[in-house]
Amino acid sequence: MKGFVNYRELALGLILVVGVAAIGAYQPVFLAWENISDLLTETSVLFMMALAQMVVILTRGIDLSVAANLALSGMIAALVSQYYPDTPLLLMILAGVITGLVLGLINGGLIAFLGIPPIVVTLGTLAVYRGMIIIIAGGDQVNASEMGAAFQAFPKQVLLGLTSPVWIAIGVSILFWVFLNLTRAGRGLYAVGGNPVAARYCGIDQKKQEMLAYSISGAVAGLCGYLWVARYGVAYSEIANGYELTVIAACVIGGVSIGGGVGSVAGTLLGALFLGIVMTALPVLQISPFWQMAISGAVILAAVVINARAEKRPEKLILPEARRIGRVRA
Amino acid sequence: MSDPILTLSGVSKSFPGVRALHDISLSLQPGRVTAVIGENGAGKSTIVKILTGIYRPDAGEIRVGGEQKHFSSPRDAWAAGIAAIHQETVMFDELSVAENIFTGHMPTGSTRLVDWAEMRKKSAELLKRIDAPIPPEFKLKRLSVAQKHLVEIARALSHEARVVIMDEPTAALSANEIDDLFRIVEQLKAEGRAIVFISHKFDEIFRIADDFVCLRDGEKVGEGPISSVTEAQLVRMMVGRPVDQVFPKRDVPIGEVVLSVKNLSNATEYADVSFDLRRGEILGLYGLVGAGRTEAMQGLFGITPVTRGTVSLDGRQLSIHSPSDAIAAGISYVPEDRQDQGAILSLGIRENVTLANLSKYVRGLFLSRPAEQEATRSLGRRLAVKAANWEQRLGELSGGNQQKVVIAKWLATRPKVIVLDEPTKGIDVGSKAAVHDFIGELAQDGLAVVLISSELPEVMGLADRVIVMKEGRIVDEFKRGAWSAEQIVGAATGAAKEAA
Repeated sequence: MKGFVNYRELALGLILVVGVAAIGAYQPVFLAWENISDLLTETSVLFMMALAQMVVILTRGIDLSVAANLALSGMIAALVSQYYPDTPLLLMILAGVITGLVLGLINGGLIAFLGIPPIVVTLGTLAVYRGMIIIIAGGDQVNASEMGAAFQAFPKQVLLGLTSPVWIAIGVSILFWVFLNLTRAGRGLYAVGGNPVAARYCGIDQKKQEMLAYSISGAVAGLCGYLWVARYGVAYSEIANGYELTVIAACVIGGVSIGGGVGSVAGTLLGALFLGIVMTALPVLQISPFWQMAISGAVILAAVVINARAEKRPEKLILPEARRIGRVRA
Repeated sequence: MSDPILTLSGVSKSFPGVRALHDISLSLQPGRVTAVIGENGAGKSTIVKILTGIYRPDAGEIRVGGEQKHFSSPRDAWAAGIAAIHQETVMFDELSVAENIFTGHMPTGSTRLVDWAEMRKKSAELLKRIDAPIPPEFKLKRLSVAQKHLVEIARALSHEARVVIMDEPTAALSANEIDDLFRIVEQLKAEGRAIVFISHKFDEIFRIADDFVCLRDGEKVGEGPISSVTEAQLVRMMVGRPVDQVFPKRDVPIGEVVLSVKNLSNATEYADVSFDLRRGEILGLYGLVGAGRTEAMQGLFGITPVTRGTVSLDGRQLSIHSPSDAIAAGISYVPEDRQDQGAILSLGIRENVTLANLSKYVRGLFLSRPAEQEATRSLGRRLAVKAANWEQRLGELSGGNQQKVVIAKWLATRPKVIVLDEPTKGIDVGSKAAVHDFIGELAQDGLAVVLISSELPEVMGLADRVIVMKEGRIVDEFKRGAWSAEQIVGAATGAAKEAA
């Protein structure tokens, strides 16, 4: 597993470096630290959301409700800030995370215990969660002037040249790496997605693993909901509309197999970074934003084609000469 | 005797490492039912697949109505008037009965669009001919297995099939449904069609067949009118070879009782399965395909719920509700289909080997890679897994090496009892010997082994004791040295008394 994934990630990383260098040669401002820091801040939510989505996709699932979850959790955090301005900042963030977690548990419960396909469940909850924003906010939006000062200031704080969302994304990435590589539950996610029947024979409970995956996805969406709302200074029902597709795209570009069981933290981060660069570089290069979608779409297709070719089963070695070569290789 | 409808002469078929059929000749007469019998793996299904155009024979010829035919697809076989009714119905659950009957040859009007009224009308006529009151517009998934068979027969009639092949059609039918099916078979006979009837059940064969063809290891070992043989003779023909000398059996001292199973039952698949298993003992679990052996062992392992019965290990009663309970207690189950049920191809060798008892590799809070690597290395070497390194993705290994990794996974749990479900199914002769030797080694190491196998030589070569299951129950038990192949097959097919 390792050799192959490393090769893929290396290739993607190389494409990124070459691409960034090319853009920098054309527009040196792109390589200014300020711009890079901005890019990372801008992409930090995508990093985390893509990692969370990867965990779900590993189990052969999909979570289309993440953007709606982000918007609803962000709204809850914003409302807490508006109506209880004296609440400590940490609790406001926690309000967003817990809301996200609960929404994720709802997805997980419907999928694991009622056996409804993930795409159907999360398509449904996507609409429900968006609708709930309008209901709880009475159709209104929460503006910057209505949110607390500390609430909005936090995402703009800088430490060692990087903003707090970037540091949070770094922390979350490390947690994901540890979770996926060093814990039984993390290994279980790969097993369930790789071969559900075999996992069952090994005593791994698929329902528990699914609950876990969708809870993680929800909680991360909740955290990102706070960051999004606080950074842009507005909460309303339409924020991050369609963002779930960007998140899934980052996973696919990063080598996460939609068929489940395959994906890595490094690959997914690179996939997200790729989309982040495409989105920030195109304006710098004065390319119309209309091209953004076409370019990221083409990249997704290319990634899928490369994956499909790489996933092809090794052919049987029946010819004696082929067997000889195979033996040398092994 | 009239001219045969279909003849096979000198037909052979090989797969890599396996000779499936060798020089088979047979002829099917109009208005007669020919039973094809043989052990699992004797070549019955291969014949069906050649007759229906799924496989092409390596040698030999097929003649239909005297004319030589080359079937390059199932469609050619249909066109030649050969239709098959399969063990598990191969039809479309979400489509209507009429659509299923006319799949591939739906009536069209001058518009070239499907003529639904015509299709329904013809379907109703066909179903009426076989006395099957099934509305043509019903979706197939609403029907019982027996009714689905009737739809398949109607489909065969819609092609004006002259040869109808029935591959274990009664496997999932109740007694009444079997009576109905046989009435239709009689009717097809009366209409002058030739019928190939494949079944394991001797009572059915003697009831419905006119002629028989007996296969063993891909060769024809007997044929003739069914009235010319007895059940005992057929059993002897099926088994045929001397089986005791095939595998050298290791001499292992048998110890105390490890596993004790009492009255294990489930509502529909098996009932009152009871046995004791001792340290160092290999217990063969023999029976025909579908006798409930796998199902009972899956119940034991916690894969499926058990409705009644107890399982004790070392005298302590267990409460097994999931595979993790069974693994924790010291029971391992190596499933039959190791590709689908055992191997996780997207993960590395190490991750596969440690998966069934990951908790053992946790040091402090986290999994310890060195501990995992150590276990993988020692088991990988013991089983002689060929791989570039222990992190290699399982999907990159050969099938035989994948199987070894799956077995390593179960040995890593350090079980006291290991259930091996058809451990040599689909592997070539050379690997088989290695697996057999390894099973002997397991027993020598003090494991108690349950060996589910449909291959009699394997069971008789390895087991200290054989339990025979038939229709979900244990019907007989034999001790090493006090058994004969005829007795065991007799017990499994229900021809016990005549054979003994």
